[in-house]
Amino acid sequence: MDTAAEQDHHPIGIYLKVWTLLFVLSIASYMVDYFDFQGLLRWTLIITFMLLKAGFIMAVFMHLMWERMALVGTILGPPLALLFLIGFMLSEGNNIFDARVDHFGQPEAAERIHVADVLGKNH
Amino acid sequence: MSSTDMNNAGDTSTFVTDWSADKQTYHVPWGKAMMWLFLVSDTFIFTCFLVGYLHVRRTTTDPWPYPSEVFALEMFGHNLPLILIAIMTFILITSSGTMALAVRYANFRDKQKIFWFMAVTALFGASFVGMQVFEWTKLISEGVRPWSNPFGAPQFGSIFFMVTGFHGLHVSIGVLYLLIVANKIRRGDYDKKGNYEIVEIVGLYWHFVDLVWVFIFAFFYLW
Repeated sequence: MDTAAEQDHHPIGIYLKVWTLLFVLSIASYMVDYFDFQGLLRWTLIITFMLLKAGFIMAVFMHLMWERMALVGTILGPPLALLFLIGFMLSEGNNIFDARVDHFGQPEAAERIHVADVLGKNH
Repeated sequence: MSSTDMNNAGDTSTFVTDWSADKQTYHVPWGKAMMWLFLVSDTFIFTCFLVGYLHVRRTTTDPWPYPSEVFALEMFGHNLPLILIAIMTFILITSSGTMALAVRYANFRDKQKIFWFMAVTALFGASFVGMQVFEWTKLISEGVRPWSNPFGAPQFGSIFFMVTGFHGLHVSIGVLYLLIVANKIRRGDYDKKGNYEIVEIVGLYWHFVDLVWVFIFAFFYLW
């Protein structure tokens, strides 16, 4: 089976374009932090940039868009179970947090510590 | 299977025929299928780490340190938030780009270019690990430990050292893997069969390391 022959048609341009795109997306997500966006806007942007980057790496760099569905399904299917794990642990985490606040008298919103206050202004 | 049949990528009807045919399911070299299965299992490991992080971060009532301040660096007279992490991200993406080119030249059996692009990829990977060593040294000197730190919740240190350590280990192994295969290519080990599939397999591993960093960057450093 000659997989090399099958892939000869990938032009170099698509790799360079995706490469540039990943750079731009990384700069964009760094800018989200630099300009200190907060709340829903921050999360929408960070997750969007993250998924776009992951998608382009897998589709083009890892050649998934050129693979047959049997392989693609094997790679992308099982990790879907992880979405349940994330959901369960998030809801469980909220319960534990509430229990700590309601029953152990721990603070609901502790004051966050600035690094400059610990190490001095030069840091 | 003729080469025209192989090009039905993304066609869902091939899903049924491949699985129901009384023969091999995956029409790729076995080494590539095995690397993919390994990467899927590694996905579960890294997700467990990140879910563990999500859980301790959600449950702790101690204040979480500001990552953009903890990872800030004084450069050119400015205090730039998260700058080293941003540079490390760009280095890893660039290394993925050079790796993709090495895989492309493997299709043309261009040994010189395969070797050099893989060597450059390994060099970027090594510099990434070097910066991580710098980062760890800086944080340790500031008193960050896996069990405590002066900036807030003690869980910050354990998650930081475990997740970046495990990722850094993957990068280090990747650098060795790249150098070994690049050297074998230069030496001509694959000339006899003219089979350069190994380059694509190393490439999959390397891109996966970059992929994991995308998630660590978003969830650990930007949250």
